[in-house]
Amino acid sequence: MSEVKTPSKLEKILRAGHLAVTSECGPPRGSDPEAIKKKAEMIKDHVDAINITDNQTSVTRMSSLASCIHLRLMGMEPVLQMVTRDRNRIALQSDILGAASFDIHNMLCLSGDHQSFGDCKQGQNVHDLDSMQLLQVVRKMRDQGKFINGDEIKRPPRIFAGAAANPFADPFEIRVPRLAKKIAAGAEFIQTQCIYNLDKFEEWMRLARERGLTEKIFILAGMTPMKSAGMAKYMKNRVPGMDVPDEVIKRLAGVPKEKQPDEGIKICIEAIQRLKEVEGVKGFHIMAIEWEEKVPEIVEATGLYPRPEPDA
Amino acid sequence: MIVASKKPIEEVIENIKDYDKILLLGCNECVTVCEAGGKKEVGILASTLRMYFLNQGKDMKIDERTLERQCDQEYLDEIRDMADQYDAILSLACGVGVQFTAEQYFSLPVYPGVNTCFLGATEERGLWTERCQACGQCILAYTGGICPVSRCAKRILNGPCGGSSDGKCEISKELACAWQLIVERLKALDRLDDYEKLFPLKDWSSDRAGGPRKVIREDVQQ
Repeated sequence: MSEVKTPSKLEKILRAGHLAVTSECGPPRGSDPEAIKKKAEMIKDHVDAINITDNQTSVTRMSSLASCIHLRLMGMEPVLQMVTRDRNRIALQSDILGAASFDIHNMLCLSGDHQSFGDCKQGQNVHDLDSMQLLQVVRKMRDQGKFINGDEIKRPPRIFAGAAANPFADPFEIRVPRLAKKIAAGAEFIQTQCIYNLDKFEEWMRLARERGLTEKIFILAGMTPMKSAGMAKYMKNRVPGMDVPDEVIKRLAGVPKEKQPDEGIKICIEAIQRLKEVEGVKGFHIMAIEWEEKVPEIVEATGLYPRPEPDA
Repeated sequence: MIVASKKPIEEVIENIKDYDKILLLGCNECVTVCEAGGKKEVGILASTLRMYFLNQGKDMKIDERTLERQCDQEYLDEIRDMADQYDAILSLACGVGVQFTAEQYFSLPVYPGVNTCFLGATEERGLWTERCQACGQCILAYTGGICPVSRCAKRILNGPCGGSSDGKCEISKELACAWQLIVERLKALDRLDDYEKLFPLKDWSSDRAGGPRKVIREDVQQ
């Protein structure tokens, strides 16, 4: 896994054997670029790359690509999230080229939440490709320098290709085969769903190791600190594919309301400390939803600061 | 079969209220099986409309007729001699039947009485569910006989997505995750290894995306 294939800073850090730290920012529901720039400024010194979500939960926001460009122009390292819900293969290839033209070197290929969760419930969805097919397209464009139809690309994109994995979604028996499938499709790094059920995550990692998959892909463990017991309950009951054990809710509910945010950060820090020791975990993806200011604290408390500076 | 559901009576009334003579035209095929537009539903709708217009003090003539099929010229010809007695036809056939009737009776307004919903099956009396989107290139051989195009809310060909939970789809706890069903079926067929085969980019040109489609069979053409 050592040969660097793109100019991505994230890739260099991972291939050099460091634990990587990424985080993410959601673009605003408006056109003010300061909203995304401010969030990124808060975390930029504590993370290696910043994901920009693509109309997450199907709510219309400033485009992921435009937001990534803002970050890039500020000298930061964005990870362009791209869902297959809203764009067909023409638009996807076109946006990949657009991203590459701004030297955006990381992409996370996703299918996206169903539009019924968002602000355009009556809209169509596209799903011309699925996330695994998008991975194949990214790799073909990069490695072969070719469009889907085989036509040559002048100045092919140089993109480090990522995918999401949910170790907790059902059916569990295909969670590891599904990871293998994403690797076969071309994924080079994984950012997982938020992990609260550490035992189940470790079991997934064990199975992945048994199949030799952790040698083939960089797995970044997804972490989201809870702000309150209410948020934990909401995540458990309302967010698809989320596994929040009752102990986590109980622990948060066990402290006074004003102390719950601190307790949530503490739980997150403890989880990172534990997962740092898991063989095959190559970094952390810290998704502090509308709580970006807490990312530096978490990174510092877990001994992941300062961030390495890879060779140019 | 093609599954349809009855249109709200208010919408039907709004469409026909300015006419005096209506032919209510049922179809003896799919819409009969899904109890939306067969002879029985024609009778019920005709009675309801007659009662409504009577109460409104309007003299409305509503006749009933149910054809063997409305997607077949031969059967549509059966109303050739009587069609000009009416101001409009209210068809309870699927969208195909409504359009074919309109094509055959070009100068007569034809209104739909049902919403055409999907290609599906009867799970139990009063419950019909989707099974096919007529994408034009069947992939059931590779997915354990369960169609992700019609049964996955994101028509994901390499599923399931991260929203699959307890065997249910992220959009509804009432809806089975198609990929859960596929995995279970592949397991029952001792073909779970097939799950790891990557499904290539699908050619959607035979789907709606390619424009209106036709099937030509020269061997059966005369």
